[in-house]
Amino acid sequence: MSSPTVSRAIPGAPAPAQRPSRRIGRLRDVALLPALILLVIIGAFLSPSFLTYPNLVSILGASAALAILVLAESLIILVGKFDLSLESTCGFAPAIGAMLVLPVASQGFGTGWPTWLAMFTVLVIGGVIGLLNGFMVVKLRLNAFIVTLAMLIVLRGMLVGVTKGGTLFDMPDAFFVLATTTILGLPLSVWIAGAAFALAGAILKYHRIGRALYAIGGNAPAARAAGIAVERITWGVFILGGVLAGFAGLIITGYVGAINANQGNGMIFTVFAAAVIGGISLDGGRGTMLGALSGVLLLGVVQNLLTLAQVPSFWIQAIYGVIILGSLMAARLTSGDTRG
Amino acid sequence: MAAAPPLVEAAGIAKRYGPTVALQDARIRVLPGETHALVGRNGAGKSTLVGILTGLIAADAGEVRFAGEPAPPLSDRAAWRERVACVYQHSTIIPDLSIAENLFIGCQPLRRGFIDWRRLRRDSATVLERWGVAVAPEMRAGDLTVEARQMVEIARSLSRGARFIILDEPTAQLDGEEIKRLFARMRELQAAGITFLFISHHLQEVYEICQTVTVMRDARHIVSAPVADLPKGLLIEAMTGEANSVGLIDAASRPRRPDAAAVLRVEGLAGQDFAEVSLTVTAGEVVGLAGATSSGRTGVAETIAGLKPASAGTVALGGRALPPGDVRAAIAAGIGCVPKSRHAEGLVLGLSVGENATMTIGDRLGPLGFQRPKVKQAAGEQMIQSLGIVTQGTEQPVSGLSGGNQQKVVMARALASDPRLLVLIDPTAGVDVKSKQALLGHVDTSRQQGKAVIISSSEIEDLRICDRVEVMLHGRIVASHAAGWTEAALIAAMEGLSPE
Repeated sequence: MSSPTVSRAIPGAPAPAQRPSRRIGRLRDVALLPALILLVIIGAFLSPSFLTYPNLVSILGASAALAILVLAESLIILVGKFDLSLESTCGFAPAIGAMLVLPVASQGFGTGWPTWLAMFTVLVIGGVIGLLNGFMVVKLRLNAFIVTLAMLIVLRGMLVGVTKGGTLFDMPDAFFVLATTTILGLPLSVWIAGAAFALAGAILKYHRIGRALYAIGGNAPAARAAGIAVERITWGVFILGGVLAGFAGLIITGYVGAINANQGNGMIFTVFAAAVIGGISLDGGRGTMLGALSGVLLLGVVQNLLTLAQVPSFWIQAIYGVIILGSLMAARLTSGDTRG
Repeated sequence: MAAAPPLVEAAGIAKRYGPTVALQDARIRVLPGETHALVGRNGAGKSTLVGILTGLIAADAGEVRFAGEPAPPLSDRAAWRERVACVYQHSTIIPDLSIAENLFIGCQPLRRGFIDWRRLRRDSATVLERWGVAVAPEMRAGDLTVEARQMVEIARSLSRGARFIILDEPTAQLDGEEIKRLFARMRELQAAGITFLFISHHLQEVYEICQTVTVMRDARHIVSAPVADLPKGLLIEAMTGEANSVGLIDAASRPRRPDAAAVLRVEGLAGQDFAEVSLTVTAGEVVGLAGATSSGRTGVAETIAGLKPASAGTVALGGRALPPGDVRAAIAAGIGCVPKSRHAEGLVLGLSVGENATMTIGDRLGPLGFQRPKVKQAAGEQMIQSLGIVTQGTEQPVSGLSGGNQQKVVMARALASDPRLLVLIDPTAGVDVKSKQALLGHVDTSRQQGKAVIISSSEIEDLRICDRVEVMLHGRIVASHAAGWTEAALIAAMEGLSPE
């Protein structure tokens, strides 16, 4: 599938041969669908409660934050960069937001900011972190991997520092609204995540900036020579990634009902795994939102099944990791892809 | 000396890459102790022959013999290294290691299985001293000048036993004084019994340092003779052959239009590898920038197109000065560019033909930056049609196209924004004759539409369609030839030979 019939190019008759290549493009997007269906069937046999409406809703709800993080990471990977610090941003940003509201008695700063302003600040903090990452990666040309790994550690350390390792409770209800509000039976967070994926998918396909992400990730010098503002757009993607990570942090806060110093810790592995399983190439320039979303759902279902199947909790991590490895290999086989 | 068998002899060598013939009945005989020149234009097959002589490329047919003995099997690298070494134009030194480590890389002296650093330093000092290279072995190799780096590479080859050394365009990156010193060293080594195969685009140097010359053209051996028997005129003729007209356009046959308005004015432009470049291009005029790869012609063209910043001077399009180093501004002002390498800067290989062809006009395909699929599709199809790109359609990734068709996509990308000025850098590099014809045909069409065109190239066919060719050498424009020039005169100017 990777090199669709090059030699059969027919001079002067391009139109009829055009459909197959387009269909192949779509096939790659849904390469995970068979695996997902298989898992659902297995799940139905494994546990009678799997295919129930409340369980399916809970899978979606539990996947919403991961979905937003995967969306953010996918955009950054598309331009050929990395951001590991997203997992710390999604703990640090909401924690600072919460402390701006909370009184000193509840471990806050005692500044007593209005709730809406504090929640907006969560997104601003995410954006500022993305701005810093972008500055170091794009302007100073430091290696994205090590820069964002350092940022991950700095932010985690700062979160532990400001909260003194404790947990923040007593936030205003607005902090939990993403998880607690339901519309037509689904949590608000699920609707927003779905809408975000739809919007990102549309922009990636139909907007010049979306197309520019593919061009930059595919060959940045060529994109630059075609008049694409490579640096500005790459930097912008880092900022957007930070904002989205802050937002994902608010979703997690809503589901957990509190913010502890570990929020988001270790999530980045799952984020990358979902993106890669979903067909986002780590080399940049290749992958779709539909693919990334199917990667998220696959991991969401696996997580849920492991719980339902009453796998001993001490073993869940190991099994989860093995399944991710297996999915990576399966994704490679089904897409017939030879590149990263 | 005449009685000894040739140190290196290759005969009947053939090599194909798919449909491309890289070598066909190529041969060369290098006698011990001589400095032998290998000359030919780009694509003549020199590099392939060097690859075969160094055992890095397997020939499809033919035989290589060293001092009468058949060449060792390709897998026996050590045996090859004892017979032949090549100093390439690009460095094979590892910059972050010391010179001593570079000298003995892969064969470091050991003591009880561990590297014996003391002996490594002592041995490398001996090697450097023996071959007269005055650098400290502890020095970081990356800090060497190009000149010293070449000497270290030569010393490394000699220390491994090779007495036959291929120098691939060693003078390309050296200045006059350095070239003199290199030649002095080569003469010393020659006196010590070392044999050289010397590759250069500067024919003057061939006469200066070599005793014998082999000319290649179109993948074939043309002539081998003592340099004394092959005066410049004959040498250039052997390199170029007869004017191979494959129905390409010659600007000499069309009337000149001296009254056209100036589109581009370049004044006192200077950059990394060129200076004091001034030129004017009028509407409907095609101007060639000729010169060797290192002449600075590429830098001038890239600077005009905004790909590189200028250190001095101005580029004005239609009377308005352009901000230096700003591709977006250049495109907006009406410059379309075919960059030097289609793989490096011309194309995003994984993306489709339509995507690549419309990359320069991403903001013109719909409102607010959104791209209407129908508009984009139509724009892509129009490009495919007008440039005659052979493809399955707009959705096919360009990675699946042939080189010629890929280059047409790069041309399409440059033309998409309907520019007033086309800047084409090596526009027909590595494409077949038919695509070359088609691409140059589009240049002519653009000219007829009143676009101004700059072609930076060293290919005679590319330059034939120019109304005027400015020749660059060492970063300066040194000559200007109106259409109708003779090939010999232009090549002589490009190679830095003074016409006689």
